[in-house]
Amino acid sequence: MTDATVPTPPSRFTLDNTLTLLQRLGSVIGLVLLVIALSILSPDFLTTGNLLTVLRQVSINALIAFGMTFVILTGGIDLSVGALLAFSGAITAGVMAAGQSAGLAICAGLGIGTLLGLVNGVLVSWGRVAPFIATLGMMTLVRGLTLSYTQGRPIGVSNPGFALLGDGYVAHLIPIPVIWMFVLFAVCGFVLRGTVFGRHIFAIGGNEEAARLSGVRVWAIKLGVYGLSGLLSAFAGIVLTSRLYSAQATAGSGYELDAIAAVVLGGTSLSGGRGWLFGTLVGALLIGFLNNGLNLLGVSSFYQQVVKGAVILIAVLIDRRK
Amino acid sequence: MTTNLVSMHGIHKAFGPVQVLRGVDFELRAGEVHALMGENGAGKSTLMKILTGQYRPDQGEIRVDGQATTISSPTDAEKHGIAIIHQELNLIPNLTVAENLFLGRELRRFGVLQQRAMRARAREWLARVGMQALSPDAKVDTLSVGQQQMVEIAKALAQNARVLIMDEPTAALTERETTTLFALIRELRKGGTGIVYVSHRMEEIFALCDRLSVLRDGQFVGVRDVAGLDLDEVVRMMVGRSLEARFPSRSAEPGRVRMAVQGLGDDYLRDISFDVRAGEVLGVSGLMGAGRTELARLLFGLRKPRSGSISLDGRPLIVRNPVQAIDAGMGFVTEDRKGQGLVLDLSLRENISLAHIPARLGVIDRGRERTQARELIEQLHIRTRDMELDVRALSGGNQQKVVLAKWLALKPSVLLLDEPTRGVDIGGKAEIYQIINRLVEQGVAIVMISSELPEVLAMSDRILVMHEGRATALLEAAATTQEEIMRAATGGH
Repeated sequence: MTDATVPTPPSRFTLDNTLTLLQRLGSVIGLVLLVIALSILSPDFLTTGNLLTVLRQVSINALIAFGMTFVILTGGIDLSVGALLAFSGAITAGVMAAGQSAGLAICAGLGIGTLLGLVNGVLVSWGRVAPFIATLGMMTLVRGLTLSYTQGRPIGVSNPGFALLGDGYVAHLIPIPVIWMFVLFAVCGFVLRGTVFGRHIFAIGGNEEAARLSGVRVWAIKLGVYGLSGLLSAFAGIVLTSRLYSAQATAGSGYELDAIAAVVLGGTSLSGGRGWLFGTLVGALLIGFLNNGLNLLGVSSFYQQVVKGAVILIAVLIDRRK
Repeated sequence: MTTNLVSMHGIHKAFGPVQVLRGVDFELRAGEVHALMGENGAGKSTLMKILTGQYRPDQGEIRVDGQATTISSPTDAEKHGIAIIHQELNLIPNLTVAENLFLGRELRRFGVLQQRAMRARAREWLARVGMQALSPDAKVDTLSVGQQQMVEIAKALAQNARVLIMDEPTAALTERETTTLFALIRELRKGGTGIVYVSHRMEEIFALCDRLSVLRDGQFVGVRDVAGLDLDEVVRMMVGRSLEARFPSRSAEPGRVRMAVQGLGDDYLRDISFDVRAGEVLGVSGLMGAGRTELARLLFGLRKPRSGSISLDGRPLIVRNPVQAIDAGMGFVTEDRKGQGLVLDLSLRENISLAHIPARLGVIDRGRERTQARELIEQLHIRTRDMELDVRALSGGNQQKVVLAKWLALKPSVLLLDEPTRGVDIGGKAEIYQIINRLVEQGVAIVMISSELPEVLAMSDRILVMHEGRATALLEAAATTQEEIMRAATGGH
């Protein structure tokens, strides 16, 4: 067994591995530096109350961004997430307003989001429409559906049980949406790294042709990925509706861009095949803390956008240097 | 006294901790074709990238026309008249021949393109490479690979190249295109151009080159005149030992028929019939465009059949997609390793398990996945320090073994191999032949497409020869010759 051709055992702590790890942790280092800087600059920042508020704000974007990570890893993109969020929220609120139970309403909302996500998947895999175009069309279409369904007016929700979903607290302290965020992070992370479905996603993003020739059902995986993105957007929509006690037709506009930004900040390659879900969580937190910090520091909301955009561009530039 | 166009002395280059070149010398005279040889990973392409300004050497001296100089960018190399024709062609497919020839140096007056002048000049340049029949307005993606290569050479000459580096130029060429290319190379040599010829094909090097230099593990082994040199010595220089045999022998008796193909056809292939037995290698020979790859793709469910039938182990088999082919026990090693075989960003382990992920209810069983990868890495002698490494980091031969490992994980009953040793060095080839032999001895039926006649003859039991979508002969390998195969491959019989 001491043949020269027998592979040597993996070496865990080489310089190479350490460097790769440092590169991967770039976004984490960025987040830590940001938190330290904000703690020094603003006395209100490092308080339990403020941190939990930020986490609650981040949770909606994070839920969408998890789904977006799956889509981007296959080399695709999903621009319809914000619109699906609004429509699913509206449907859920509408079903309750029609006197049905919260459970049925939630099922309806999740169902419609998943269904429309699957339609995206069909357009992309069978229709061979470029993901950007397919989901752009879906975004416009669903925005229209939402406006006509709500007639442009908010739909109020008064079901107290339903309100717990987005506005409740565990132990009078931790907002329930934050719990959702961490639970779904764990579930999605496992799906991505521990299941055949996840492995096939990476394979398709890395080399779709090689995956197809290896017997990967590419169409099924793509369908699944867009369906999942739809499901997570719908869930985010329901949580948001619950927290605001009403569904608005214009909810979630621009959310697709925040989700994409979180994924990219987290180090996932827009061309697919490379990335990780933890990075997306960190990316979402970065955006959240940045917004919060700029608010606390009293920076005008006009400049906040400038700063956010600049941070995204700089992060991606640094990523390219690797 | 012949002068050196280019001389490189004591070139060192390291990437991080990896020393790729250690003190390499290389000289190129005007009017010679100089083969640069060495196994994959020996440092040939790094040396050429230094000569063309893509890398800077850590140490060493480069002289052009006897003058010491530094080449710090591809533009520098171009100024010195050094041009490279890449293995992967670098033309832009949706532009015309003339547009490609003038890319980046368009003729213009007051910012307006001088279309007519450029077309006229393009015609002159095409004539210089013997392609006067080609229209400057032809879109590059309508040209054959051979024609594209000629256009690349024309482009290099248009930039006054005196040093031309060719990296595996015949890898994708037909017999006739190769002949045309060789005639052009001889013509250029007569005109004083120095040509560096990088290739694994011994036959070509002996037919074409004046001298050869050999690299091994980043070191310069030596330079020899090709005239009077014998193959064994070259192999010894390259691998540092003599290979017992280029083609290892095997002891397998073909058994019962595994796969039988009856009258198979599609929009290109016509009426193809053959069978492959357990423990047999069926070679498939033919020129570019004969339909060999198309046949493999049809068998694997990647093309739509129009007629005919396939049976596997006596049962009729209908294959509409790769999933069904794999379920039926087939594997397919494609000719395009990077484009169709591997996911470069995934690890060895993940690539090896891609067609067969050990899992229960969709959840991957990491332990069994690692065991499977470890066994195949050992069995195929894949050289790596870690199965978690991206396959991108491996040499061509080792990458090809990873592709083989992926299919062996399935324990296939029929394995389709399309150019299994393309771009693999001599040592790696022998290892792949040994793997093929072991599979055959285990009773796998192998269909092996190959453009290298010695390989087909030595490795096959029988040889199916194709010409323009038809099977023109089915020959016993032991009783046939290269000439007989070529006759059938060119349609005469």
